Amino acid sequence: MDEQRLSRRRLLTAGAVITAVPVVTAAATFGGRDVPFKEGQANAPQAFDNGSAWAWFTDAEAAFITAAVARLIPADDLGPGAVEAGVPTFIDRQLAGAYGRGERWYMQGPWSPGLPTQGYQTRLTPAGLYRAAIKAVDAAVVRESRGGSFAKLAAADQDAFLQRLEKGDVALDGLDAKAFFAQLLQNTMEGFWSDPIYGGNKDMAGWKLIGFPGARYDNTEFVSKHGEKYPLPPVGIKGRVEWIRS
Amino acid sequence: MAKKLPSVDALMIGFGWTGAIMAQELTDAGLNVLALERGAWADTSREFATTFAQDELRYFWRHDLFQTTAHDTQTIRNDASQVALPMRKLGSYLPGTNVGGAGVHWNGQTWRFLPSDFVARSHNLQRYGADAIPDTMTIQDWGVTYDDLEPHYDRFERLCGISGKAGNLKGQIQPGGNPFEGPRANEYPNPPMAMSYPPTLFAEAAQGLGFHPFPQPSANMSQAYTNPLGVRLEKCTYCGFCEKFACGNYSKASAQTTILPMLMKKPNFRLRTECEVTKINLDSSGKRAVSVTYVDAAGEEVEQPADLIVLCSYILNNVRLLLLSGIGAPYDPQTGQGVIGKNYAYQITSSVNLFFDDKILNPFIGAGAHGMLVDEWNGDNFDHTGLGFIGGGYVGVVHTGARPIETHPVPDGTPAWGGAFKKAIAANYLKTMSIATHGAVMSHRGNYLDLDPTYRDVYGRPLLRMTFDYTDNEHRMSDYLTDRAADIARAMKAREIKINRRKGSWDVVPYQTTHNTGGAIMGSDPSTSAVNRYLQSWDVSNLFVMGSSAFPQNPGYNPTGTVAALAYASAAAITQRYLKAPGALA
Repeated sequence: MDEQRLSRRRLLTAGAVITAVPVVTAAATFGGRDVPFKEGQANAPQAFDNGSAWAWFTDAEAAFITAAVARLIPADDLGPGAVEAGVPTFIDRQLAGAYGRGERWYMQGPWSPGLPTQGYQTRLTPAGLYRAAIKAVDAAVVRESRGGSFAKLAAADQDAFLQRLEKGDVALDGLDAKAFFAQLLQNTMEGFWSDPIYGGNKDMAGWKLIGFPGARYDNTEFVSKHGEKYPLPPVGIKGRVEWIRS
Repeated sequence: MAKKLPSVDALMIGFGWTGAIMAQELTDAGLNVLALERGAWADTSREFATTFAQDELRYFWRHDLFQTTAHDTQTIRNDASQVALPMRKLGSYLPGTNVGGAGVHWNGQTWRFLPSDFVARSHNLQRYGADAIPDTMTIQDWGVTYDDLEPHYDRFERLCGISGKAGNLKGQIQPGGNPFEGPRANEYPNPPMAMSYPPTLFAEAAQGLGFHPFPQPSANMSQAYTNPLGVRLEKCTYCGFCEKFACGNYSKASAQTTILPMLMKKPNFRLRTECEVTKINLDSSGKRAVSVTYVDAAGEEVEQPADLIVLCSYILNNVRLLLLSGIGAPYDPQTGQGVIGKNYAYQITSSVNLFFDDKILNPFIGAGAHGMLVDEWNGDNFDHTGLGFIGGGYVGVVHTGARPIETHPVPDGTPAWGGAFKKAIAANYLKTMSIATHGAVMSHRGNYLDLDPTYRDVYGRPLLRMTFDYTDNEHRMSDYLTDRAADIARAMKAREIKINRRKGSWDVVPYQTTHNTGGAIMGSDPSTSAVNRYLQSWDVSNLFVMGSSAFPQNPGYNPTGTVAALAYASAAAITQRYLKAPGALA
């Protein structure tokens, strides 16, 4: 990411309406001999932080996430589930970054719940929604006298609770339970099936489950081979599983 | 006080497809041309190289190529009784940002509209009588005909190297092509793409039922191609990351892969990026544009004078900038008077999933415009008598590639998560395909664009407010198309099918299409249209407004082919007539 783009990003994240901002860089002018190609400046993706500490979640939040995603995509005889595929780490790193801060989203008021057809209308960022909702979920579990937290419930009770969240049938301290569940499920799917550089889909478990070959660049040879099983193993942006594993 | 710069001959506001086309044409005519783009520079090797272009999370789900709503979005509501709220997170449509605009992440589905589409009002009145068009349906003729645009469609197809098969060459119907299309002067510059299994199965079934399947016209290259400007595109590799993604392989036509390598070298062309135009300034008569005001990357306000101004941004920004600049009378839905914001329209889609037991379909093999379709129920290709709607759409299998976060086809009754979901997706992913319908949206009195009274962008300007819903005409039409798709699906003998109709009000959440249209429509009467047939503002003759904002209603095809043809037609009128005698062309 170069300076020109950073300057715009600063404008965007200022949040409030901009009236005057400090001069960072002048606008870039291109043309004639100044064709803006610069060698070796690829805007490559940023891989996840591979450390073992949580970047966003508290230990209690991490316990909820780990328990919940284990029910959303469970480990079974078909193979690893969301936990084994690193989905909790994926969600943690996403929430600690630009996505968690809602950096790209319009976050100015006034706020109103709106209609379902009007989409996301909470003033919480994605990271903020997780923080508030997990606290409210565990409070609801306590209120219903079912033990200390969601993570400590039996699997069948966790499933039943998640089904209620899905329908919006849990009082979550004024939060939209349905919206939180939808976001949790979406982020779980993202972690299970995105490129492994983001911390999920460990050993390409998600891709192997369904037979998706990953970031394959050239399928020309296979377009016209109708009905034949695709023979190649999955590959990610950083290469095949065997190459990535150290 | 804004810094004022020396004047240029011609100024493009926005630098996507139409900005690049217009700049290429006007620099060829000898003008000094400046383009202002609010996004950043973007080229293939730097922003979407093959080594990292196939990243579903980054580009689609995290919107890396799309407009940032934090910067500018629309408020939305289904009708005037609702309070419009901002689209905080992109969903139903995905406007682009940066050089190349939405033309970077488009599919490449490159259509010509039907001859009858351009005369939708008079044609339907003539064939079905006055009752066919309710009072609230505000469709109009375009003021330009298919025959007028044919050479300009041809020009764009050659620029892009469109892969396809002609169905009508100079009035002669051609086997294997779309027999319903308007007459073409030339065959497509490239042969159709190779077809994977799902489109092939669809075409066999459709043929068996007596329909006329044909390969979708595609801006994905079936073979390497050097265009008339001397720019070379490479053969598509069917990687399946095209729709919503940028091509790292120079295999999808975009401004970057067709025009910019030549345009950027010209001494009479300049591009300034990260410069957002906030207003078009008029002289005291209000009939002539003298300059634009923009804010550069440093937040500094600049005034840039120009003799000729061409508005080339996305439809939604085009309409907003006209409203913010006080150009043209704003549309009033109560009286039906005024033109800016009038006849906003969209697209209506539906699908039918097919689940096979005995067929491995490898759904990840695909390209943006890689499909087999039938056009039997598009436009007025069929008799609408007694159906209760006008218009239509195409039906078929466009296999763009089944990216795994986005594509979870599971049979009816499957839970959305848990062990049963996991089992179903594992069992069905490789053996599932989908037939899509892609339908027209007519314009209606209550569907329009104006300025929001409450919400503001980063510069404090009002957001554009979109008031839109599907009407009975769209739902009846879409249901009809869905039924036809289901008929063909049943003939394909799958284990089971799942019918996904478009029900209820328009919803901003699920992605549908980035085919927003109208709001600065073209026509032959200044009291009912914003621009004339050359896309020249009726009110300000040195201002031209490109893009799908000119569509009086939205036919059943993807818009880009017509957007480009209208731009070429406008450029021809400017270079051949306007520059010799500046003033109103119609």
